[in-house]
Amino acid sequence: MSRENSLVSAQWVEDNLDNPKVVLIEVDEDTTAYDKGHIRSAIKLDWTTDLQDQVRRDFVNKEQFEALLSERGVANDDTVVLYGGNNNWFAAYAYWYFKLYGHQDVKLLDGGRKKWELDSRELTDELPTRAKTSYTATEQDLSIRAFRDETVEAIGTKNLVDVRSPDEFAGRLLAPAHLPQEQAQRAGHIPTAANVPWSKAANDDGTFKSDEDLKQIYTEAGVDWSKDTIAYCRIGERSSHTWFVLKELLGQENVKNYDGSWTEYGSLVGVPVALGDEPGEA
Amino acid sequence: MCGATVGGLSLDGVNVAKEAVIQGQVVRGSGDDAAPVSGAYVRLLDRTGEFTAEVPTSATGHFRFFAGDGEWTLRTLAPKAEPVDRVVQAQTGSVAEVTISI
Repeated sequence: MSRENSLVSAQWVEDNLDNPKVVLIEVDEDTTAYDKGHIRSAIKLDWTTDLQDQVRRDFVNKEQFEALLSERGVANDDTVVLYGGNNNWFAAYAYWYFKLYGHQDVKLLDGGRKKWELDSRELTDELPTRAKTSYTATEQDLSIRAFRDETVEAIGTKNLVDVRSPDEFAGRLLAPAHLPQEQAQRAGHIPTAANVPWSKAANDDGTFKSDEDLKQIYTEAGVDWSKDTIAYCRIGERSSHTWFVLKELLGQENVKNYDGSWTEYGSLVGVPVALGDEPGEA
Repeated sequence: MCGATVGGLSLDGVNVAKEAVIQGQVVRGSGDDAAPVSGAYVRLLDRTGEFTAEVPTSATGHFRFFAGDGEWTLRTLAPKAEPVDRVVQAQTGSVAEVTISI
């Protein structure tokens, strides 16, 4: 992959608003953001209801994903362009999710909703209509998804990249600071993980930094490019942003997102936890 | 806006005793001419300047963070305005109210 294949600019999106084979999809942490105004022709995916199983903690299955995209009017050969608030956290999560289920042509709008707004580009509350399709997904591509056992085994052997803020990594905060801090799981990080906050990969306006800058940031943080990598955060959305950087922008092989992330790991019985600003020992 | 109160956002449902809240409003201008700015972006930077969180302001220009004890910086971005930095102290059990003029 490369920047050209996986990222589009706000101007590109504006130039393709009427292109029927381009489906713009907004995905936000604040699932009401779309309803207050969105890019014209964009449809909405709600990460809490559309992309999560409503009983178990897991994703919707292949059949449910197929039914969802068919109903929303997304075809297998459409170019899907994702964008959202929070510097594309949940758009990157949806990007990874579309890749997990085998969609070929997915892109992120560089800078997401913030860049679009800071450019003073047009938003509308008009709802688009798309004809239903018959979407076919593949089985989940587990080469990009890590589960807990693999993550525990990766301690001291693979690159573990904790992309949360330094205070969450050290155990001083339990959640991103726009959320209440009272949480059930233990504080801290997975021993030997490097702390590279997702935000280091983004400029203030939410766009991604240059490939050269990105490579340098992860190299300096101790990422060994010859090893496999697992990225994690609290619930797997910020680490999708970093997964996107490492896999799609920098073309690194064998990068997985651990979507269970700290809410799962920090609740496990018997696993090692490190506190403080240092990675800690295996 | 639903739930908004004079002087800040409603804290209904939040256990303030266990949180170090930083909240406030972004306005354009100052004094009697100050107008709330919705859709501005307020980011919370830790004591080393590292990004910790970011929220867009509400319809009434309000924002809120749940921080930890200590010194934080609020950096505000809005269309057609220069970024504004404000240093703020947070403490568990109290609410730091900040008005930011851009």
